[in-house]
Amino acid sequence: MPSVTRLLDAPAMARSLERIAGEVVEKCGGTKGMILVGIQRRGVELAARLALFIGKGGPAVPMGKLDITLYRDDLSAVGPVPRVGETSLPDGLEGRTVVIVDDVLYTGRTVRAALDELADFGRPRRILLCVLVDRGGRELPIQADFVGLTLKTSGDDRVDVAVKELDGQDSVDLVRGGPL
Amino acid sequence: MSTPGLGKDLTGLEYLSAEQIRLILDTAEPFKEVSERPIKKVPALRGKTIVNLFFEASTRTRISFEFAEKRLSADTVNVATSGSSVSKGETLVDTARNLEAMRIDMVVIRHPSSGAAEFLGQRIRSNVINAGDGRHEHPTQALLDLLTLRDRFGRIAGLKVAICGDVLHSRVARSNIWGLLKLGAEVAICGPATLIPREFAELGVRIIPRIEEAIEWADALNVLRLQLERMSSGFIPSLREYNRVFGVTRERLAKAGREVVILHPGPMNRGVEIDSDVADGPASVILPQVTNGVAIRMAVLYLLAGGAPDWRSAPTPADER
Repeated sequence: MPSVTRLLDAPAMARSLERIAGEVVEKCGGTKGMILVGIQRRGVELAARLALFIGKGGPAVPMGKLDITLYRDDLSAVGPVPRVGETSLPDGLEGRTVVIVDDVLYTGRTVRAALDELADFGRPRRILLCVLVDRGGRELPIQADFVGLTLKTSGDDRVDVAVKELDGQDSVDLVRGGPL
Repeated sequence: MSTPGLGKDLTGLEYLSAEQIRLILDTAEPFKEVSERPIKKVPALRGKTIVNLFFEASTRTRISFEFAEKRLSADTVNVATSGSSVSKGETLVDTARNLEAMRIDMVVIRHPSSGAAEFLGQRIRSNVINAGDGRHEHPTQALLDLLTLRDRFGRIAGLKVAICGDVLHSRVARSNIWGLLKLGAEVAICGPATLIPREFAELGVRIIPRIEEAIEWADALNVLRLQLERMSSGFIPSLREYNRVFGVTRERLAKAGREVVILHPGPMNRGVEIDSDVADGPASVILPQVTNGVAIRMAVLYLLAGGAPDWRSAPTPADER
């Protein structure tokens, strides 16, 4: 039987995102030229939450969505039915600061794909990476600039991030030793 | 998720389920956007080699496939019958086996014989996509027609679509009939009795003898090209006569008193099956069809590549981030 540990509940997740939002603004010296880009699917919702915190009392921060399915390096391993989601980015990445937002950072391959895809849309001045959970296990030299929660996991573990918009609740769970 | 993939080949819509057809249409949506990007290219099929094997003249379909392949970063080779060893009498299977011996991944084939794509698919390991085989099927054309109808009406189910003209010689008509019926549309065919095969009535297709009635009945007309090159003689008295009796003209459409959407698979015989002011009019979706064609072909190539037989042996990246 798999064991499930709740790592973050809804209030903890909100606090975490608020803290990250503060760090993003601090590191970027404001929100000028900033674009928040969520990776499909839960990264998109998380980016929208961050945008609320970051844009508080100021102009709204432009948002984008990135679906990296077509940039994966393992098409033949995705299974018989790859699902491709929407990609939409605000015009003109040149000179902007792009903050990539994803739920979980693991092997780093998704972020590698996202960087490749962004490069096909333009040349931002700077790209930063923001994740809610860094679970270790990197297969590529990629690190996040902003992290909500860092933990050590093994390959059999699963980190489940739920967001209200898609899953009905906000939570982060660690699932250990369960069947896939 | 037990959604089936597409299998190895795409030979016709007759062999696909409604669910598989919808999968292709849904997958085409994000690919529309790829063609609007500053760099119209994604690396999804990088390293795949695709041969476009065309035993019949084609401009639109071949170019559309080629764009789709290139926008997915595949490597492509075009083989036309003239100037290849096909003109020296090599059989279809020998041609394909020789290509396969050069380690290709996919074949897009157009052939004058019905069933050629399926025949080839059963004999080689590569994915085979039918780009039109004789009078049999032209599945990607029907898929792009379905996508264009869905864009325009927001649905396929319940739509009334009349396929007009030379249904007998038309693989486009056959593929459309299968696709439309599977997705719940009502289908009629309309044209000269010599060009309307009766067997479609058994599938639930309505046969409407007069173009005026078809226009009156339909939400959309798919106006087929009069395939002059496939007709020996005797099917129609003359082109002018055809236009007078079956031509889709502005006057005839005006009588419907509402908009009837016009599709045409191209190339058009202007002034024969369709008048210029209809083809270029506001109800025409003929150019959106062409745009959608690239997205549909990208979706088909992508889905077939993803369903390649070797996917099982690779590790499951279900939770890979």
